[in-house]
Amino acid sequence: MAEIRLQGVTKIFDRRVRAVDNVDLTIADQEFVVLLGPSGCGKTTLLRMVAGLEYPESGRIEIGGRDVTDLPPRKRDIAMVFQSYAVFPHLTVFDNIAFGLKMKKTPKAEIKRRVEEAAALVELSPFLERYPAQLSGGQRQRVAVARAIVMQPAVLLMDEPLSNLDALLRLNFRAELKRLVRELKTTTIYVTHDQVEALSLGDRIAVMREGRIVQVGTPTEVYDRPATEFVGGFIGNPPMNFLRGHLEREDGRAWVAIGEQRIPAPESLATKDGEVLVGIRAENIEALSEPAPDSIQTRVDVVEPLGSHLLVTASLGDQRVKVLARSDAPIQPDDQLWLRPEPGKLRWFDRETGEALGTRG
Amino acid sequence: MTANVAAPSSERRRRARRRLLGRVLLYLGAALLALWVLAPIYIITVTAFSPRSVVYDYPKHLIPREVSAETMDFFVNSTGVLPSLWRSVQVALVTLALSTLIGAPAGYALARFAFRGRDTFRLAILSTRAFPIVILSIPLAVTFIEWGIYDTIWSVALMHTALALPFTVLITSSIFVSVPRDLEEAALTLGCTPISAFVRVVLPLALPGLAAASIFTFVLSWNEVFAAVILTLRERTLPALILAAITESPAPFRFAAAWFMAAPSLIFIFLIRRYLLGMWGRVSR
Repeated sequence: MAEIRLQGVTKIFDRRVRAVDNVDLTIADQEFVVLLGPSGCGKTTLLRMVAGLEYPESGRIEIGGRDVTDLPPRKRDIAMVFQSYAVFPHLTVFDNIAFGLKMKKTPKAEIKRRVEEAAALVELSPFLERYPAQLSGGQRQRVAVARAIVMQPAVLLMDEPLSNLDALLRLNFRAELKRLVRELKTTTIYVTHDQVEALSLGDRIAVMREGRIVQVGTPTEVYDRPATEFVGGFIGNPPMNFLRGHLEREDGRAWVAIGEQRIPAPESLATKDGEVLVGIRAENIEALSEPAPDSIQTRVDVVEPLGSHLLVTASLGDQRVKVLARSDAPIQPDDQLWLRPEPGKLRWFDRETGEALGTRG
Repeated sequence: MTANVAAPSSERRRRARRRLLGRVLLYLGAALLALWVLAPIYIITVTAFSPRSVVYDYPKHLIPREVSAETMDFFVNSTGVLPSLWRSVQVALVTLALSTLIGAPAGYALARFAFRGRDTFRLAILSTRAFPIVILSIPLAVTFIEWGIYDTIWSVALMHTALALPFTVLITSSIFVSVPRDLEEAALTLGCTPISAFVRVVLPLALPGLAAASIFTFVLSWNEVFAAVILTLRERTLPALILAAITESPAPFRFAAAWFMAAPSLIFIFLIRRYLLGMWGRVSR
């Protein structure tokens, strides 16, 4: 039973850099939360503060209702998997996994049983007597995971644990990790800059930027309803399209004008000067070869076959839109293309602040 | 690249020849330098293990005719050599212990903590070596007389510790830097205190390097003669004794003494050279 509660957590480096800036975040017991953001956004620093490897300048960190803000790592009931794996090179796989249990003076027989159990979970059983130098990168990674889970910690912390693996291994291990953590039911914080990892693993994702949490939500929420332009641009591949538009009223309806053309807009929408950013994901646009109501006429710049889809880059005046089309669609560069956004999939952002406008939910 | 391919073949051949000539000159120079150092060592070694009669021969024999311990035997059994040898070992061991006890923690601090003035400290450490031993030794001799440890192994060991510390600090710092910080932090998250993390993780990984640093200190003390001459009178260390005796000694004594002083250093430096290179920031793992 371990809920993690962060209140106003702030970390300042060199007296100037606010690496983590007044972060509030509550993580429920058994929840898997991913901290996602570009490098330098403070996600690793935040994780290290939960681990006790860094101490915040201000704020409060609670684990399972206990204030651990000033406690060293060994008194927090956490375990951590490092990006570099940090497997001890002078110890065998067995001794690596047993390291934490030995520090806790666990009886020998129990150590043996639990190490073997943990090793079996990550399929390391045949390698217990080996030294890390005799293992592959993927196996060392498993040692690091086994060493953490064998502690049966209240909180499992993972710092980009997959980023040093090659692409195929990463894909396999990601699924395995998800299964493992689900079975263990340990509260987990997972740091990554890879949005696909975040979407696939997290119960919830906390998107960070410049030391602050920009949005917290389930993968679907964060993907479909980004709270800011930044979130929409960071999550998704290709990133969300953003088009500069202007709100108008005509014929008793609300419209948004994009260049010379216009599409319907929600009635409730309003900004100071009528300027908005229209956000739409590539897969939520219908690509038509003929004019249709509520569509926008564009010209095709580039067509990239991705196997399952065509990724089409079209231009609309000086703005660019990325669209996913069916892989058999007969689209050629310089063709005219009419784009019809799926109703209800358009997102609206303030052009100055990048914040989502009030049509959420 | 394409221009190279298109160049006429005579031009290319000339360039290749010039490059070859450059390499030949480089290796020739290196060989000469090596010979400059190795030739005396070789002659000393050969002579030191020849019978006493052969030592006086001139010209020297490049290939030993007869291997014999007679010359070495003569040296080792000369008056004062064995007690001095024992004193040298004691001084070197005390120096080693003191400089490791003081130097290794400083090296660890330099490696791990970003404290204010760290780079200045690093430089300041090195600059102490620029201070002439001559100037240092005389007032030290006076102080040691006052303390009543003049002409003992302790005075020499203290002096040698001062001389060895800069190297101990810098070498151990480079060794600790090569142990990834992550490993220490992983140990902390697995229930270690900072001290037990150091003992269980950092120390075992740093041990080979620390051993190398100790050997270096040992050799430094073993070979140091100037301070030893000034700080001792009757209780000579081996180099001090040899320096005092060598001008009045017969040739076999000189050759044997020279070999005896040079051999340990050569062997040790050969064993630990990769750690010494690491001291200057080269990754040596």
